[in-house]
Order: sequence, then C-alpha cells, then structure tokens
Amino acid sequence: MYDIDKVRRDFPMLDNKKMQNKPLIFLDNASTTFKPQCVIDKMNEYYTEMTSNSHRGDYDLCYNIDVEVAKTRKEIAKFVNSEVNEVVFTSGDTEAINLVAYGYALDNLKKGDKILISITEHASNVLPWYRICQLTGAEVVFVELENKRITANSVKNAFNKYSNIKLAAFAHVGNVLGYEINAKEIASICHSHGALLLLDGAQSVPHMPIDFKDLDVDFLTFSAHKMCGPTGIGCLVGKYDLLQKMSTFHLGGGMNVKFNKDMELEVLDAPAKFEAGTLNLSAIMGFGEAVKYISNIGIENIHKHDQELFDYAISKLEKEDKIIIYNKDSRNGIISFNIKGVFAQDEATLLNSKGIAVRSGQHCAKMIDEVIGEPATVRMSTYLYTSKEEVDAFIDALINGGDILDAYFN
Amino acid sequence: MPILTNEMMRAVIMDHSSNPTNKHTPKGEGYHKVHMHSDNCIDDLDIYLKVENDHIIDACFEGVACTISLSSTDIMCDLMKGKTTKEALYMIEQYQHMMHEEPFDDEVLDEAIVFVNTSKQAARIRCATIGWNAANSILKEGK
Repeated sequence: MYDIDKVRRDFPMLDNKKMQNKPLIFLDNASTTFKPQCVIDKMNEYYTEMTSNSHRGDYDLCYNIDVEVAKTRKEIAKFVNSEVNEVVFTSGDTEAINLVAYGYALDNLKKGDKILISITEHASNVLPWYRICQLTGAEVVFVELENKRITANSVKNAFNKYSNIKLAAFAHVGNVLGYEINAKEIASICHSHGALLLLDGAQSVPHMPIDFKDLDVDFLTFSAHKMCGPTGIGCLVGKYDLLQKMSTFHLGGGMNVKFNKDMELEVLDAPAKFEAGTLNLSAIMGFGEAVKYISNIGIENIHKHDQELFDYAISKLEKEDKIIIYNKDSRNGIISFNIKGVFAQDEATLLNSKGIAVRSGQHCAKMIDEVIGEPATVRMSTYLYTSKEEVDAFIDALINGGDILDAYFN
Repeated sequence: MPILTNEMMRAVIMDHSSNPTNKHTPKGEGYHKVHMHSDNCIDDLDIYLKVENDHIIDACFEGVACTISLSSTDIMCDLMKGKTTKEALYMIEQYQHMMHEEPFDDEVLDEAIVFVNTSKQAARIRCATIGWNAANSILKEGK
C-alpha cells in the first residue's frame, strides 16, 4: 500500500505552505520537484561536516568526499542499470545533451549527415543539434509523428525517407504531452541503420523504471532536480566505449593526466575526463540521497501512483465540455489542456490565485503548437507526493474557479 | 482619475482584450517598431508608434498575448495618441510605479488605472507592462 501521508511528511515544502494565502498545491512537477528533508540534510552535511575538494588532497576530509561522489555514481548506476563508469556528472540534462553534441556529434558528423529529432522536443534537445549542424554542415530532420507520437514505425519511415541519419535524439517521455516512446525498439532501428540514439530521460527517469542496458540506448540524460534532488546537477549515462571515444567538452583540473609546453594533453578515462573543475559536491551528495530515497519508495510504486492520479483526473476532466485535453491516453503524470475560450496563461493565473501551481505556455517545446494546434496549453504534472485531494482541488478550481479576472479583483 | 468600481474595471479589461481596437499593423509609413516577448508568458508582440514633431500621432500593435497583455497594450495605445513625448514618458513612469505598488500620479493614468491590482499576481506584471516597456524604449531611444 502506497502511504501518501507518510511520503508527504518527508517534504518541508508540503508542511502547511501557502501561496496567495491559500494552501499550496504544487502541480508543476514536470518543471521541478520538492526535496525531502533527507536530501536537504545530506546537502547541508557537505557544508557543515565534510567541506573539502574532491581529488585534491591527501587528508581524510578529501578522501571522504571522494567516497561520497563514488557512492552517488554507484546509486545512479544501480538506479538506471548502467556501469558505474558510464555515469558522467553534468550540471543537468541540458548540459548532458550539450556534452553529447559537442563531445560526440561535432567530431563525427559532416556535411550530408543528418540528426533525427521531433517537433515535440524541449529546446534542450533541439538547439544543441541546430548549432552542431551550423558547425558541421549536417542537417536536422524531423520524424513524422503518428497521432502526436514518435512511434517505431515513424522512426523507420524517417530512415527510409532520409539517408545518412547518424544520430537520433528523442525525449523518452515528452514534456508537454507525456507520451512515452518505445525506446528499446527505436534504439534497435537506429542501430540497424548505423545511427546512435540519445534518450532524453528528463521526464522518464524520475517517474518510471529505466534499464539503460536493456533499452540499449547509446546515451541517456536526466536532471536531479526533477527527481527530488538539487538543482545544478544531473548526468549523462553513456555506453563506455562511446564515452572513451568522445572529446572532452570542458577542460581544466581533474580531467587530465598530464600536459606540457608543446600543448600535448593526456586526459583521464571516462567519466573523469568530462568532469573538469570542482564538481558541485553538495549537489552530488543530495543527488545520491534523492536516488536512494526514490529507490526506497520504489520507482514502480511512483509510476503506479502517477498513473492512478492521471486516470482519476482524466475521468473527471473529460466529463467537462469546456475542457480540452491534449493527451488523454499518455498516462505519465502530465496533463496538457486548455479551457475553451480562455488563454492558457490567464487560466494559470487564476489557478495561482487559488494557491495552485501549474505551468502554462509552450513549456520550452516551441514547435509543439504544430502538434496541438494551439499557441499555448496549461500543464499540470504530478509526482510521488501529489495527493488525490490536491487533484480534486485542482479540478474543482478548473470547473468552478470563476472568472479569470477574479485573480485580480477578489 | 475616473472613479471605477471593480466591476467597471473588469469590464474595461475584458472589453480591451476581446475587442482591441489598436490591434493591427500600421496603415502607412513612418512607424517605429519594437518586438517584445515574455520569458514567462506566451506574449509575443510588435508595438508600433508614429512620432512627429515630438507628438505621438498613432500607436498600434500586433501579435499573440494573454488577456492582461492585450488589454494593457490596447489601453496604452489609446492613451498614447495625441500626447507629447514628455507627457507619454511621464505617464509610462507613473504606470510603472503603480505596477510596483509605489506612489503614483493617478491623474495621468486614465483608463490604465484598471491594472492597479496587477501586483496581486506578480507573475503577470511583465504582461501588464510589455507594451508600455516597448513604448518607453521607442520614445527614449527612438528605436
């Protein structure tokens, strides 16, 4: 039995917090998530008990922080089923994708080559590829969606339509519509055509079991802050032989073996070669604790909880004529919708006035309007601590919330 | 300043957002144009001002925006027309003061007073000022 009350007690942000003088209901978890006390304590522990630099000293404090960094790497590897040395720390998902762009694609793509993405992608999985194409002469091409989704069939069609696709990059779960792609089958299709697959796991890794080895994707990226961890930390999980072949992106201390006056440089093995400079050590400790916290609750349980809330919310919302839902069947903790005749931002402001946090707009996926036929949507997104009562309050606000200008005049 | 009840203020906002009379591209030449967009809203507007002999001859705008952006920009365009640059800049300054709950000269704000409650929804201040900021940059920098 999933004990939602027990889970909620772990989060200081759920302890009687108010917004607009109303009890705070946080339904913007696709954007970021609250942190349990254990993560906050672990981060503080770095500053109060363990402050030192990693790989930089011969004393116990330094050794201890190295152990903590290694522990987090091991927790993450276990969580996504990769090898420990396949986990590279980055500042987040965005930097992880940029690392593949600049460390792999820049060296390996040339004029005539193609990168396959979709119009549903977040900016972080579009713009690095645009830049790589500008630098190499390669070209970004878009998969044709089938019923708003990237399917194995649509990817096959793309390979038939375009020659020389060298890399595909898709969100595992879309951040606007929440559809999950069949990563394993798509990876297999990519590999059969000699292309690599980067899987953006920002919206999947926090919410569902992921097996890096079984999916056989080449790169997996995600951020800690969307999974109860701190901001400013995330990772790239990459197949080790690919990581070894990749160029370094940032250069500096901690990533090299030696260098000399002839500008010769020998770099460390992956993952260290990508981790130049002082790492975000407090955040790494918090990240490890967050993964441990989620693992203890059970990622399968979290996924089931998201899906139950999704089904419950959809069953209520679809009875309302005035509500247009864009992803009734995605079942991944994200619902994108509009109220007929109401601009998305206006609805989000009305919800804010009732203490309910949602996001409106294009959610950084600025080509999504072509898929849904609207310039903006309201997005509500749940996580392991979202209660049925909160979903009820949200639905009540949508149905009986009054006029959008109440936000200013009531 | 006109004395308006909440109901009247709501009606003014809704009227200007549903039927923005200044929402069109300029008819004719000689307009300064500034493109404005918002990081936290969908607002994506082009603002046009025509200034001759230090007087604002015309103001209009085009684009996509939320209720508050649309209505505040439409009202601003109404109020700009016929003002001298100096008068318009003073009005913009007072409007900004009102947005941030600072003392302001309500005599010059006319209908724009309907946005007096914007600070209750701080995330929308950017929307209520988007057109006004555009006009400010045009008038100050001649952009």
